[in-house]
Amino acid sequence: MHPEISTFCVQSIDVIPKLHAEFVLRNRLGGSTLFLIKKTFILMLAILTTLAVSGCGGNEAPGGAEGTAPNQPEQGAGGSILISGSTALQPLVEQAADVYMSSHAGSTIQVQGGGSGTGLSQVAEGTVQIGNSDIFAEEKEGIDASQLVDHKVAVVGIAAAVNPNVGVDNLTSQQLIDIFTGKITNWKDVGGADVKVTLVNRPKSSGTRATFIQFGLKGQEEAEGVTQDSSGTVRKIINETPGAIGYLAFSYIDGQTVKGISLDGEAPTAENVTNNKYPIWAYEHMYTKGEPTGLTKDFIDFMMTEEIQQGIVSQLGYIPVTSMKVQRDAAGNVK
Amino acid sequence: MSISFPYLLHLGDSEGRDHTLSSPTKQQDSWWKEGVGKVLTTVSASILILTTLAIIYFIASKGLATFFSNGVSLVEFLIGTEWNPEGAPGQFGAFPFILGSFIVTVGSALLAAPLGIGTAIFMTEISPRIGQKVMQPVIELLVGIPSVVYGFIGLSVLIPFLRNSFGGVGFSLLAGILVLTVMILPTITSLSVDAVKRVPRDLKEASLALGATRWQTIWNIIVLRSSLPGLLMAIILGMARAFGEALAVQMVIGNTTAIPKSLLSPSNTLTSGITLNMGNTIPGSAYNNALWSMGLLLLIMTLIFILLIRWISKRGQA
Repeated sequence: MHPEISTFCVQSIDVIPKLHAEFVLRNRLGGSTLFLIKKTFILMLAILTTLAVSGCGGNEAPGGAEGTAPNQPEQGAGGSILISGSTALQPLVEQAADVYMSSHAGSTIQVQGGGSGTGLSQVAEGTVQIGNSDIFAEEKEGIDASQLVDHKVAVVGIAAAVNPNVGVDNLTSQQLIDIFTGKITNWKDVGGADVKVTLVNRPKSSGTRATFIQFGLKGQEEAEGVTQDSSGTVRKIINETPGAIGYLAFSYIDGQTVKGISLDGEAPTAENVTNNKYPIWAYEHMYTKGEPTGLTKDFIDFMMTEEIQQGIVSQLGYIPVTSMKVQRDAAGNVK
Repeated sequence: MSISFPYLLHLGDSEGRDHTLSSPTKQQDSWWKEGVGKVLTTVSASILILTTLAIIYFIASKGLATFFSNGVSLVEFLIGTEWNPEGAPGQFGAFPFILGSFIVTVGSALLAAPLGIGTAIFMTEISPRIGQKVMQPVIELLVGIPSVVYGFIGLSVLIPFLRNSFGGVGFSLLAGILVLTVMILPTITSLSVDAVKRVPRDLKEASLALGATRWQTIWNIIVLRSSLPGLLMAIILGMARAFGEALAVQMVIGNTTAIPKSLLSPSNTLTSGITLNMGNTIPGSAYNNALWSMGLLLLIMTLIFILLIRWISKRGQA
């Protein structure tokens, strides 16, 4: 940061509390309204100027010391990019972006949510550089997938999650389908406790639902049930409602509040996903419009490094895409 | 507010007498401010009008696209019960949403209206002192609580209570109605207070002088005659708020897109249908347009509420 600018910043920040104190004092003493208005304007102006002069705090080198910034070993591509989309992928990308920015001074990566649909449409129209999505762009109606380039950065396993009181650990694929389509309505029919089945669904447009229906229910539509979009709320409902079953990403299954169900004897674990023994999983995609360049390319490459894949990706409960022994295409074919 | 309001009055001082400034150029200063004031207010009003028109145009163009571009029939949208816009042939029956919205709106108004009007009469006629000192702050507090907090309380307290009392999941129309009742209660109460306060003193005194009891006076003179239009307006404004509320309802109603079998069945509303799906759908797709159509429906309903209020207030004056 330029020394003069930083001096100015310090001064203008310094002036705010003084003005504010004066403002409060005048107010108490019943000073003239007009005076107060003028002071308010000056106060706001001072704050705005402070914010406008970029670099007051925000862009400071992570180390804090100003002189070290130009000597940073890794300069990266510089500049700033915007990422939006899937809320399931958001925490991972946010953390990776923090790590990236702390080692690449001068690069700014902003990560927003909004949902897979928002991410795909915004990247297609060029509003953001990367659009995060839980599903293939080909699967979304209204998106020209041919102009988007897919980068699979992680895999998310989805488990049928139940309230621990149902007394069932394993279901066959057919039993799972029968439960979700409403044919089985009591847990005792599948060897569990005598409790009514309560379905907890996701909205029709949800990517998690699309994955679960395609690979868990073999394409069959689920019966109507309580519907919530947020995974946290779904877990809360399953935990509190006797006999409840829903579906959650592995990272939300803790075995205490909700229990993951094995499918045809295969437990919902990362290892069973990597060799496709447990079939309900999906890629987390980062889409770019055309081949990425500059900071966008640099950041996506960074996401694929072993440091991130075996580090943050695993820690947050996703499955590293580099560990996958099988691949799947947009049509669902495994090879 | 307390700062800017007197300032605006100050601008309107046509005689240009300015006691707060001791500058020698106060005459010029005042003339300059006259002009600025006019321009500022005109610009503000124009921006507001333009924004409103732009929003209406935007919602209408998106919402009507469902019927003109995507070929969904209006009849199917309004009375169809199958909602599966991403199905092989997309199904766009939004009736479960519409029905849910109406049930929670009417249900909460039915509960909140007697409570609100009763409280208003207590505050103005029975015990103005407690009304002023206790009830007024309580109502202001209720207004200030954000809807997400109401929803959160509903989710954490009301849902388990309903589940334990009536069985089932707890997420239900009834939960939505109860949460909305609390949310629209302050609206209905404070507007009813205004309506009851507007009843002329002579009317009440005349009634009492003719030998009517206090309750007879309150019921026949205040509620049924004088302030009826005002009270109806209060209820309709409360209903408008209930109809448009999204977040709190979405958290407790269960969002099941099916015709509810009873008040204890989970259901859905237009607003929660929009909020749950808007982020996951692609702008321009039939699904997204259908959500806009639901938005358009909300806009039309709001318009109807406003027209009703206008009509009632005109009748009240006549």
